[in-house]
Amino acid sequence: MPEALVTARGLTKRFGELTAVDAVDFDVRPGEAFGFLGPNGAGKSSTMRMIAAVSPISDGSLRVLGMDPDADGPRIRARLGVVPQEDNLDEELSVYENLLIYGRYFGMAKSKIDERVRELLAFAQLEERRNSRVEPLSGGMKRRLTIARGLINEPDLLILDEPTTGLDPQARHLLWDRLYRLKQAGVTLIITTHYMDEAEQLCDRLVIMDKGRIAAEGAPRELITRHSSREVLELRFPVGTQEEAAQRLEGLAQRTEVLPDRVLLYTDDADRAAADVAARGIVPEATVSRRSTLEDVFLTLTGRSLID
Amino acid sequence: MAVPSSLRVVEAGARVYRRTWRGSVISTFLNPVLFLLAMGVGLGTLVDEGSGGADLGISYLKFLAPGLLAATAMQTGAGDASYPVMAGIKWRKTYHAALATPIGVADLTIGHLGWVGVRLVFVTVVYAVIMTLFGATSVFESLLAVPPAVLTGLAFAAVVTAYTATLKNETGLSTLFRFGIVPLFLFSGTFFPIEQLPDYLEPFAYVTPLWHGVSLCRNLALGLEFTVHPLLSVGYLGLWMAAGTWLSIRQMRKRLVL
Repeated sequence: MPEALVTARGLTKRFGELTAVDAVDFDVRPGEAFGFLGPNGAGKSSTMRMIAAVSPISDGSLRVLGMDPDADGPRIRARLGVVPQEDNLDEELSVYENLLIYGRYFGMAKSKIDERVRELLAFAQLEERRNSRVEPLSGGMKRRLTIARGLINEPDLLILDEPTTGLDPQARHLLWDRLYRLKQAGVTLIITTHYMDEAEQLCDRLVIMDKGRIAAEGAPRELITRHSSREVLELRFPVGTQEEAAQRLEGLAQRTEVLPDRVLLYTDDADRAAADVAARGIVPEATVSRRSTLEDVFLTLTGRSLID
Repeated sequence: MAVPSSLRVVEAGARVYRRTWRGSVISTFLNPVLFLLAMGVGLGTLVDEGSGGADLGISYLKFLAPGLLAATAMQTGAGDASYPVMAGIKWRKTYHAALATPIGVADLTIGHLGWVGVRLVFVTVVYAVIMTLFGATSVFESLLAVPPAVLTGLAFAAVVTAYTATLKNETGLSTLFRFGIVPLFLFSGTFFPIEQLPDYLEPFAYVTPLWHGVSLCRNLALGLEFTVHPLLSVGYLGLWMAAGTWLSIRQMRKRLVL
């Protein structure tokens, strides 16, 4: 196995009394898309910022590209691309000027930057916006520009913190397509997200984070197989009758989860479970049968939903 | 590493300015003209005809112009170190973007002050030229007053940057201008000699960095006798600048590196 680009052992981040990241271990290997999946406040962004060598670690050890972020911050950052959760483009400047200034921070020659800008604007589908001011651009365009900016120095590792939060579905899919292309081109990606579909689509491997700790680690399908049933039957009941109905559902599935708005039956055969429900004379308002997702894995491991 | 990296931040400042200079061009060119017209010529005529003429020994316009140069440098330095710094930290978060690159906090802070220095040279040279056009000084003498004016501006820029980095929001900035910069502007010997102040206030004027900037600019531009040794004033301003820079790096690190 090739040497890991990022290695964390007992990695911890404390803010005063609060422990945001609590002794986590993980390795990111070259060429993979590695995800941190978890709800807001799970410690994903704090972990990202430590990897990006902008936030000092409180405890444990962290190696990034074979270097120590504490001692070699500038040398590590020279080889990273960072796409922060909140776009921090200079909105008064043009698309090109944003890329130029950023490239100059890396000490790149202007001719080299110009060459890179041509490629990156094509990649980000912003060629016609080269000289537009950033401020009026759409959220999706700004996010693509931030990604293009993160790629200006041809980084060995691209770090994306919640890349599609706040984007509409169409913009999300376009962005996923671009990230998928990067993955195909061999760029190592680290992605944080609280969207399970994003994690399933993009990540080769991921860790599920909750309250600063890693709850599970593996490939998306592997995690689902390990921690959930093959299928799920979702049942919705009229308001006020759910508790009573849930009691009558006992024994129909491997596991039953009662959420505020629906009951989940974990089973390997959802259609058969649905037939069993009907046979007991239970009539839900709505029934959905589906495959297990990472959302179910998270629910099984933590007893809570990813998005509250 | 530190020197070329800060220069990249200065360069970024220049590139941003190329896009945004229109916003400050009026204050750079028009303010000195307006001030020298209203106070120097308008009010100055009254002063010169009254007892002021005898007390000052020179025309009020000559007295005022170099002092105003130092005060303008102070305002420019403080201005460029307040709202733009808040924008970099909080509103536009451009500092966070820069820190994701090889640029470090010290590079960023020194580069920011370096760019303010470039702006100060530009603003004070324009001012010196306008001052000459008004006949307040000769070209050569007015240019002599430029370096101390820039030093004054940088001393304020450094201290104000450190202060801004500690603020959660901009209300602290209006407080700074209302209770810090404006009183200094009025009472540090710009508009009248501090000997006119009540005796118990006079020592306070000597403590203010602006008074030393005014003293250097005025006496160099007019070839007058110094009441405080000029090297002492330069050293005092330099001390403010150095301490302010050190504090700025410290506060910026506290604010930006979490």
